[in-house]
Amino acid sequence: MYVKFDFNALCKKILDEKLKEHGLKYRLLNFGEVEFYESLTQEQHTIFKKNLEDYGIEIIESQRTALAQKIKDAIVELVFSEEMIPVKASIYIAEKLNHSYGYLSNLFSEVSFTSIENFIILQKIEYAKELIINNKQSLTEIAHKLNYSSVAHLSTQFKNMTGITPSQFQKIIVKRRKAQSLISNTRMQYE
Amino acid sequence: MNREYLSVILVDDDEGNRILFKNIFKELKIGVKVQSFGNGENLMEYLNSKEAQIPEILFMNYHISQKNSLECISEIKTDFRFDNMVTAIYSENLSENEVEEIFVNGANIFIKKKDDYNAMKKVLSEVITINWQYYTSGLNRDNFIMKV
Repeated sequence: MYVKFDFNALCKKILDEKLKEHGLKYRLLNFGEVEFYESLTQEQHTIFKKNLEDYGIEIIESQRTALAQKIKDAIVELVFSEEMIPVKASIYIAEKLNHSYGYLSNLFSEVSFTSIENFIILQKIEYAKELIINNKQSLTEIAHKLNYSSVAHLSTQFKNMTGITPSQFQKIIVKRRKAQSLISNTRMQYE
Repeated sequence: MNREYLSVILVDDDEGNRILFKNIFKELKIGVKVQSFGNGENLMEYLNSKEAQIPEILFMNYHISQKNSLECISEIKTDFRFDNMVTAIYSENLSENEVEEIFVNGANIFIKKKDDYNAMKKVLSEVITINWQYYTSGLNRDNFIMKV
């Protein structure tokens, strides 16, 4: 048997039932947004939050956190996009979220303990790592794909972020995989 | 997910080192809750117990007694309960090969321990901040390798 899920309806239903179960007075707004008619006590908030965690639902605390999350989403979209986005990251983010970049940048640093610039670099290096591991593209191609002016530029930023070079990284991952496959082979023999 | 602190386990035979790390953690912007152990065997005993609360990061001195750090990491890597835990090893002086071995065994972070308090604080602050990003943004810990 195969089933098809309507995630939107599913999540809304769970949220609705849970809110009722906890006896809270509320109104469901847009997807993922709940308005309470009476503010929750600290205890109610904690219990409700704990209960939702079992369903993989996470309460995003405040508008500031939600906005920081939207910035992160925009950055991931920007970095992992298949097409080259022809504008500067700051302009892209500001336009996407409809706030000034200065405002977003301050808010992000306060909420996330890192700057937007650093977060972009972090995501780019994470992407570079994935591409290096997949082993389908050369470093030159990876550098180009991630919009670095040269391999040297990518390598420098990689090393600043991780303390090792891309080739050291690759070597470690290859050796680690070999070691791990040995372990799982022995495990299979025992079973 | 949305806690406002990271929980950390610290393993070091030397009480002075444990105090140093704890003092530094207290001063960081990101909250850190620390639990500590005096050797490798006590650590593994705790981690393998049912009531163990698995931390976000395990900080271990490379040189610990009873069970050494590499044995601990290998053991940790065979248990899926620890898949989300980042492991960090620190030492004053290790060769390139020894550091590589740590990573190949599955550790995520190597920290070169510094004598100077402020230098050490800077390094730990960097480590905690990047872990915070991995923790809050759901980044892939399998690819997390860092040397500071």
